[in-house]
Amino acid sequence: MIETLIRGLGNGSVYALLALGFVIIYKATRVISFAQPSFMIAGAVAVSYLAEITGFYLAVVLAALLVAGVALVIERIAIRPMIGRPVFVIAIISLGVDVVVRVVANGFIGTDVRQVGDPWGFSLVTLGGVTIQQRWIAMFVAAAVLVGLLFLFFRHTRYGLAMRAAAFDQETALAQGVSVGMVFALSWGLAGGLAAIAGTFVGTGQGVDQLTWIIALKALPAIIVGGLDSLGGAVIGGLAIGVVESLAQSYQGDVAPWLGQNFAVVTPYVVMLVVLLVRPYGLFGTPEVERV
Amino acid sequence: MTHTDRKVRTWGRPLLYTSYTQDMALLDTWAKKLWCGGLILFGLALSQVLVDHTLELLATAFVAAIGAIGLNIVTGYAGQVSLGHAFFLAIGAYTAAALSGDPAGRTLGFGVTNLLVWLPAAGLVAALAGVLVAPLATRLRGLYLAIVTLGLVFLGEHIFKEWDDLTGGPGVGRPAAVPDLFGWRLDQPGPLGSPEQQLYLLVLVLLVLFAIGARNLARSRIGRGFAAIRDRDIAAEVMGVPLTRYKVLAFGVSSFYAGCAGALLYSVSGGYFEAGSFSLLLSVQYIAMVLIGGVATVSGSIAGALFITLLSPVTRELPALLPFISADTTQTPNVFQVETVLYGLLIIVFLVFEPRGLYGLWLRVRTYWKSWPFSY
Repeated sequence: MIETLIRGLGNGSVYALLALGFVIIYKATRVISFAQPSFMIAGAVAVSYLAEITGFYLAVVLAALLVAGVALVIERIAIRPMIGRPVFVIAIISLGVDVVVRVVANGFIGTDVRQVGDPWGFSLVTLGGVTIQQRWIAMFVAAAVLVGLLFLFFRHTRYGLAMRAAAFDQETALAQGVSVGMVFALSWGLAGGLAAIAGTFVGTGQGVDQLTWIIALKALPAIIVGGLDSLGGAVIGGLAIGVVESLAQSYQGDVAPWLGQNFAVVTPYVVMLVVLLVRPYGLFGTPEVERV
Repeated sequence: MTHTDRKVRTWGRPLLYTSYTQDMALLDTWAKKLWCGGLILFGLALSQVLVDHTLELLATAFVAAIGAIGLNIVTGYAGQVSLGHAFFLAIGAYTAAALSGDPAGRTLGFGVTNLLVWLPAAGLVAALAGVLVAPLATRLRGLYLAIVTLGLVFLGEHIFKEWDDLTGGPGVGRPAAVPDLFGWRLDQPGPLGSPEQQLYLLVLVLLVLFAIGARNLARSRIGRGFAAIRDRDIAAEVMGVPLTRYKVLAFGVSSFYAGCAGALLYSVSGGYFEAGSFSLLLSVQYIAMVLIGGVATVSGSIAGALFITLLSPVTRELPALLPFISADTTQTPNVFQVETVLYGLLIIVFLVFEPRGLYGLWLRVRTYWKSWPFSY
């Protein structure tokens, strides 16, 4: 039971990192960027190549910076010209970006599974009588540190303040001298970097292959559950989705076998539908107030 | 005052309307009437000219066009973003395949092979699924809806992979619906020629019917309601458009089109299909057809469907021209990767440079020649 929960928290913290990327972009530009899965894969692939040269830890940092750079370029070329156009159009463009970047990244993966060269693999550790995989702990700790850093960034730095201001009211932020273009770029860069780190952790143990990108889409239920515009909600939503999925993986076979094998893979979407029926704006999202 | 005696057509002034009936007409100018009639005749003539392989390809494109028109009704006309089109295609495909399947076969089948039974049934079952999903759509808008419909694709994929009796299981598949019209098997040589010729003619006729249906829907009271909802849903409700009912209707009609397209899709191409076919990629392809063709235009949907469907055979020919692209899937720049990248790039390029799609390109050409030799 505790093992299951810890596995859930480990996977959930990966979803949380991805979800934070979605929410950061959403808060800045009011767009859901469907390009996140491709950034995640690109990050994992970059680590798998760099780790052979620089070692795992430096490779993660370099890959995050590299993918953040790629995200910046893409934002400048494909997204910035579209400012002022309907959000749906921009979302579909990001879908196009995703398809292109993913094919390129998958080209580097090839037909085999690529290992990211992480120090944990599938090795186990026993804590207080519970045997768990080390990588779950690594994921959780890394995510906790990153989330802490992000919250400090948003709370205590000029750029964090600028991003919060732009998210709150773009025109007023512009009038106060905030460069909203910089905020857009920064949000894409941050989201790209977070996705790259998340990708690396997805790749620990089992490695990355052509189909790994599907995992990134589980962050979408996480942000819907947490509320599209809530950073805290993204973290809690991600962890919740991870735990539910892990529980389903362990117990659904005994409790409800009629749901079929691999039902755990789709539990995030089921949770999302249920939450949406009860609270259409997620658990922590702001309800949109419409003036008529 | 009657309308009939005021219908005056002035030669050379096609856009001069003297009555509302003219303004609301299905094809409002002589040029459009001529061209549409000509295109349909051309389409019929093609069945006698082209080789069977090309006809099969065109038939697939026409079926895709029916699906794209359906997606355009909900996304283009009514403005409700749906990434779940693959799910409704799948429901149609499986309903039709199960109805017309062999009762003694390995997969579920009821042996009702008549096209006139399974085609509407596939549409209706898919429409029912659309109506069941629609309550979510009335509570959500914009990107929330896009994500929910995306979730639908994943749930659907899971169900179809697990439900072996119906789908034959992943990697195995089942035979598609049997196109049979009162004992006349269209997929076997018959009075109208080879199987490909007959199926081509069947889907051409169906495409014309569905296209006229969509055009008529768009110019009716309901179509104007859809447009009002797309432009501003709250304003539409204030003007008296019943929001919930119209959104449910949009999803229902769109899913009906998708169901019919799904039912036909594998009957005209190959006759065998697999549970993994209805993935997110299929939804993205239909979104691409609508966006590349032209949002909220029927002719655009057809053009987009032809464009996207014919893109893959064209890329298959690339290795002959560009030797660095390989036809082998294990090599790195292979045709499948090029094809997928092209989908993505085309979506981006069209949205950035010509948001009205292929239809917009046609409008540019038309405007140029209308005012020729002057620039405006």
